[in-house]
Amino acid sequence: MLRIFKKILTTGVVTERFKTPKDDELEQLGIEIKRHIDKRFSGSIAIRQVDAGSCNGCELEIHALNNPFYDIERFGVHFVASPRHADVLLVTGPVSRHMQTALLRTYEATPNPKWVVAAGDCAVCGGEFGVSYASCGAVSNVIPVDLVIPGCPPTPLALMKGLLGLMKVSA
Amino acid sequence: MSSSNWTADFLARLSAGMAVAEIELSSVKLWQIESHAWQRFAELAMQQKLRWAAGWAEHVQNRFFINACFEKQGEYILLRTIIDDSNPELPSQATVYPAANRSERHTQDMFGIRFIGHPDNRRWTRHQAWIENSYPLRKDFPVQGMPVGITPPDMHYPFIKSHGAGTYEIPVGPVHAGIIEPGHFRFQAVGELILNLEERLGYVHKGIEKIAEGREPESLARLAGRVSGDTTVGHCWAACMAMEWAAGITVPPRASFIRGILAERERVANHMGDIGAICNDVAFVFAQMQFTRLRELWLRTNATVFGHRLLMDRIIPGGVACDLSDESCTLIKKEIVELRKELDEVILAIDLNSSLEDRLYTAGFLSEEIAAAFGTLGYVGRASGQDKDVRRDAPYAPYDQATVKVGVENQGDIASRLWVRYKEIRAALRLIEGFIDQLVAGDIRSEWRIPPAGSEGLGIVEGWRGEIICHIRFDADNKIARFYPRDPSQLNWPALEKLVLNNIVPDFPVCNKSLNGSYSGNDL
Repeated sequence: MLRIFKKILTTGVVTERFKTPKDDELEQLGIEIKRHIDKRFSGSIAIRQVDAGSCNGCELEIHALNNPFYDIERFGVHFVASPRHADVLLVTGPVSRHMQTALLRTYEATPNPKWVVAAGDCAVCGGEFGVSYASCGAVSNVIPVDLVIPGCPPTPLALMKGLLGLMKVSA
Repeated sequence: MSSSNWTADFLARLSAGMAVAEIELSSVKLWQIESHAWQRFAELAMQQKLRWAAGWAEHVQNRFFINACFEKQGEYILLRTIIDDSNPELPSQATVYPAANRSERHTQDMFGIRFIGHPDNRRWTRHQAWIENSYPLRKDFPVQGMPVGITPPDMHYPFIKSHGAGTYEIPVGPVHAGIIEPGHFRFQAVGELILNLEERLGYVHKGIEKIAEGREPESLARLAGRVSGDTTVGHCWAACMAMEWAAGITVPPRASFIRGILAERERVANHMGDIGAICNDVAFVFAQMQFTRLRELWLRTNATVFGHRLLMDRIIPGGVACDLSDESCTLIKKEIVELRKELDEVILAIDLNSSLEDRLYTAGFLSEEIAAAFGTLGYVGRASGQDKDVRRDAPYAPYDQATVKVGVENQGDIASRLWVRYKEIRAALRLIEGFIDQLVAGDIRSEWRIPPAGSEGLGIVEGWRGEIICHIRFDADNKIARFYPRDPSQLNWPALEKLVLNNIVPDFPVCNKSLNGSYSGNDL
């Protein structure tokens, strides 16, 4: 037990300072916001992540948002287990046809008002997979999208900026 | 590496009963047999303790080529039979090799080839995105398919049922509670005890094999790098190796060493993530925080040195896309020294933790027999005594110039799978240091030569999850005719159905994480 405490203490706090992104910075990252979250949600949003056909690359970087460097929860952004608890659906991947109904049902299960973020090139435009017998391509081909975060995969920093840009919080 | 002469003996044995045409295909032997002998071959192969490693088909001008890949002592055999596409059927090998089960079902769904006597001929990859009796990988099937409106859910898949007082069913997925890939798990349980688990995958089927057709090598390499995002280096390497083989290209030595460094860095990153996540699944958050921190530092070095955190598109046909400067080599070596120090501290805390001991030992037990029967690969196989590693058994450059230490455990539980991963991290760090020391000056890319139409190649590499097998055939004009990547997950997923038995439902997440199969790599 002492060993654990010692390691925790010697590791210290590695969480990095982070400035809320300005609009031109978002533009530079290719992040496109169609709609900001209502003011009353600012400061706390619940995200349900849905992999609708991704290669898992985006998931790895979304996971990284919870590591001690980014620690996205400190901005009130947390990932929840059910769409019924969510304000935001964070969707990755081209939407595979086998996931089409599941994504639609997840969208329906999310209470209003709700926002959809398409993260990663595949979710934004179909990416390397496009539209085929097995893939519907971009997320916007299946459900309405409010924010796109490009990248293959988007870096945790790009994801942070996009999500905080959607919230328009002052951190 | 393999000095034994089992292929000659085996061929002599076979020739007594069936006609085998042997064709030398670079370093792998291609044996062509009659379709009616397909199952008989499997029976004889089983007697000789060959491992079934992969199976796939190709549609070539009104005929189907059906391929299976076998391995013993590091030597691979590509078995092939050719049948007419008008009434395609042949006897199943899955009756002999359980490992071939899902592969044959995939081939059945994608090509409409019937495997006579298959023990479970339910559809597998096909849900409802295309209609029954149409087959996407036949050449006359349009890549856009014939989608009509919204693809309906796959409602009537005949799951195994349980009956009796107190048994009940738990459906899980495809959308899971965590940030993970989609798939469906159907549990039969009594109280908390798992009686049976059935996996239903195929949700992330993106038509990778179909959309590969007609691509040029560089575009195919990019697609291969997205078969499974966490194995981008592994799959990209296997695909490039197969293409280079078909085109008769040798990769410059410097590029081989850089490929080795990339692959080992991918292995370390994934294993660190997994060890943290396994501990997190039994609520030991300390390890999760430490390992996600170490992983983040590691990925940042990837970005600094190679320009991409996950190392996507660094391997290209003929070589690699980025060189290593002397400063980068110094940086990498310095980082390894620091990582070792950190690992020593963190791993000791994990090892001495009684609550981890309580949860990880004996849980999720996979016996050596079952691991062998399913051809289980990588850390899952090695934790159950399957001492296999392509890097050592059938070494390719740069591993032919290194000593690969393979970590093996034989307890078969979650703890074993964790410790094998840890041993692999340590071995990978040594390999990276070695490769940097051996790094020779020179080109990092050979010039591409357009391969003749019909030429083919196999790429076999040890990805971080285990052996990856990739088959590629070229058409005319540098275009891909067929791309088949066999991710190790395809062979590891069935092991999960077995290792969760007699565990409780709440331990399923940690059992699943200890195996960590790729859904995308399986569904293609």
